[in-house]
Amino acid sequence: MKILVTVKRVPDPESSIKVNPEGTGIVESGLKWVVNPFDEIAIEEALRIKEAQGDVEVVVVSVGVSESQEQLRTGLAMGADRAILVKADRPDTAAVAKILVKLVEKEQPTLVILGKQAIDDDSNEVGQMLAHLLGWPQATFISKLTFAGDKASVECIREVDGGMETIAFALPAIITADLRLNEPRYASLPGIMKARKKPMEEIDAASLGVDLTPRVRIKKMAPPPARTAGRKVESVDELINALQTEAKVM
Amino acid sequence: MSNVLVYAEHAHGKLPKATAVAVTAAKKLAAISGGQAILAVLGTSVADVAQAATNLGADKVVVVDNPLLSYHLADITAAALAATAEATGSATVVFAATSKGRDIAPRLAAMIDASIASDITDVNDDGTVVRPMWAGSVMATVELTAAKKVVSVRATAFDAASGAGAPIENLSVTIAAPAKAMKFGSLEETKSDRPVLTEAARVVAGGRGLKSAESFKTVLEPLCDALGAAMGASRAAVDAGYVPNDLQVGQTGKVVAPTLYIAVGISGAIQHLAGMKDSKVIVAINKDAEAPVFQVADFGLVADLFQAVPEMTEKVKALAK
Ligand SMILES: Cc1cc2nc3c(=O)[nH]c(=O)nc-3n(C[C@H](O)[C@H](O)[C@H](O)COP(=O)(O)OP(=O)(O)OC[C@H]3O[C@@H](n4cnc5c(N)ncnc54)[C@H](O)[C@@H]3O)c2cc1C
Ligand SMILES: Nc1ncnc2c1ncn2[C@@H]1O[C@H](COP(=O)(O)O)[C@@H](O)[C@H]1O
Repeated sequence: MKILVTVKRVPDPESSIKVNPEGTGIVESGLKWVVNPFDEIAIEEALRIKEAQGDVEVVVVSVGVSESQEQLRTGLAMGADRAILVKADRPDTAAVAKILVKLVEKEQPTLVILGKQAIDDDSNEVGQMLAHLLGWPQATFISKLTFAGDKASVECIREVDGGMETIAFALPAIITADLRLNEPRYASLPGIMKARKKPMEEIDAASLGVDLTPRVRIKKMAPPPARTAGRKVESVDELINALQTEAKVM
Repeated sequence: MSNVLVYAEHAHGKLPKATAVAVTAAKKLAAISGGQAILAVLGTSVADVAQAATNLGADKVVVVDNPLLSYHLADITAAALAATAEATGSATVVFAATSKGRDIAPRLAAMIDASIASDITDVNDDGTVVRPMWAGSVMATVELTAAKKVVSVRATAFDAASGAGAPIENLSVTIAAPAKAMKFGSLEETKSDRPVLTEAARVVAGGRGLKSAESFKTVLEPLCDALGAAMGASRAAVDAGYVPNDLQVGQTGKVVAPTLYIAVGISGAIQHLAGMKDSKVIVAINKDAEAPVFQVADFGLVADLFQAVPEMTEKVKALAK
């Protein structure tokens, strides 16, 4: 079995993000770049399937700038077998989905695991789009994945608004990882050494013959309305009094 | 002139407030495109839901009664909505940005080759929409360039629409059942007598500071009940198994904006603030005076929660008497 895992290069979630003065993007200088946290979970899940089932190849793919190689190397260091970088200039979610279709057609994986959302654009779209474009079933926001005995179908538990939903389907399929699917491993030192020798293929998005015209255009970026700190209260009595008389919410 | 279709989410015969909020955004979009806002109720035996839907301020309610839609799996629901949009002359489809809406909307967008914007917080007069990015650190104004458009709407960003008397029309559309279908197994619902987290006027949320599932029960729950509040939680509390996942508030959990939000034992990471910083009044109870949550709190109490919360519960109860 082959599993394709998508990996997006994003700013470290701990970093403080500021809009540039022109309102055209964020200030990128000084940012630390990492694997999108949900994609780390996706990689981990693929590795666990490989460890449980043996004959599994895990291919990590990223769409974006050349530097995304660093994030793919992280995936390889965690244990993925090879990597593919598709170079593209700020593709929107529709473009990423269309590029991934081409990779799926070429690689013929049984399963594609994506993150639930990229923590930069917070779109939460690519997996669902890819599922439709391939005509495959989708299980988004999953917290548990179980293979049937014959490994031809899976059962997924999804984190939904009201609780937990279980759905099932035959493979191939798309799944998107939620936070509690697993706890991703750290790359080990030997893992990092080995990753250097693992294959990394580079493809130019333009060579794939997909329409990359953006379907959404960001016209402007602005900081959110600021919320200013209020004041400290000294006691529970003062708090209740403030909520009653000042804030008038009690 | 083109219409705007709104996906009516429903469970147990009820429509969530999030759908009424989506109608408000849809009406703004419909005013721009010069069309109607049409609410689509999909399912089997949905007469009650359809009736309730007539009170949400839409121009019309269309009902698609089809056994394939007894449960709203993404593949079949997207197919049904594509057909319904076509039949009603709707170039735009609007969802509530709930887990269901966010599951289905992008699939539909790919199906009808639409531009999509998820979790929008505003609609401008020129048809551009606003959406948060980077956990709300950035508000982006986005132009949807394709002829067809799909948006999902953040439930805290608009008022809920209302207005009785929308006519009901039964629609029969052909739904292309997917070849490789998804199969519904079960839904394990979190049961609670408290208000729904995303609709409550008051929310009391607990974090890692609570230290156990037990203290969510013995310390936090009594305050929730005394205030008639819904319970929320940080990711750390959910990850630790103190409370179910559907209580998580934040960038990757639920977004809430109640009149009163009380954060107990929560440090105030940006990912948590992303889900509650639009609350009207924020209270933080934390023993660390430097906790970032105090930077957004209107009232901050530096105290040990295990003392302050029970004291507050007793005093709130006494007030009620
Ligand atoms: C991709 C990604 C997505 C995320 N999404 C979310 C999300 O949606 N929602 C979310 O909440 N987080 C999210 N997080 C996690 C977030 O970054 C924080 O780790 C998390 O919010 C911390 O939870 P906490 O405040 O409960 O725990 P901590 O940060 O550990 O804070 C506990 C607080 O309790 C206080 N405390 C301890 N004991 C007491 C006591 N006795 N009395 C009073 N105060 C006490 C401490 O002073 C401390 O401030 C996400 C992170 C990532 C990377
Ligand atoms: N440029 C990209 N390269 C690789 N994977 C991506 C890219 N953009 C999105 N993805 C994948 O799609 C998931 C959802 O992203 P999004 O829809 O942008 O929130 C992410 O967690 C990634 O797994």
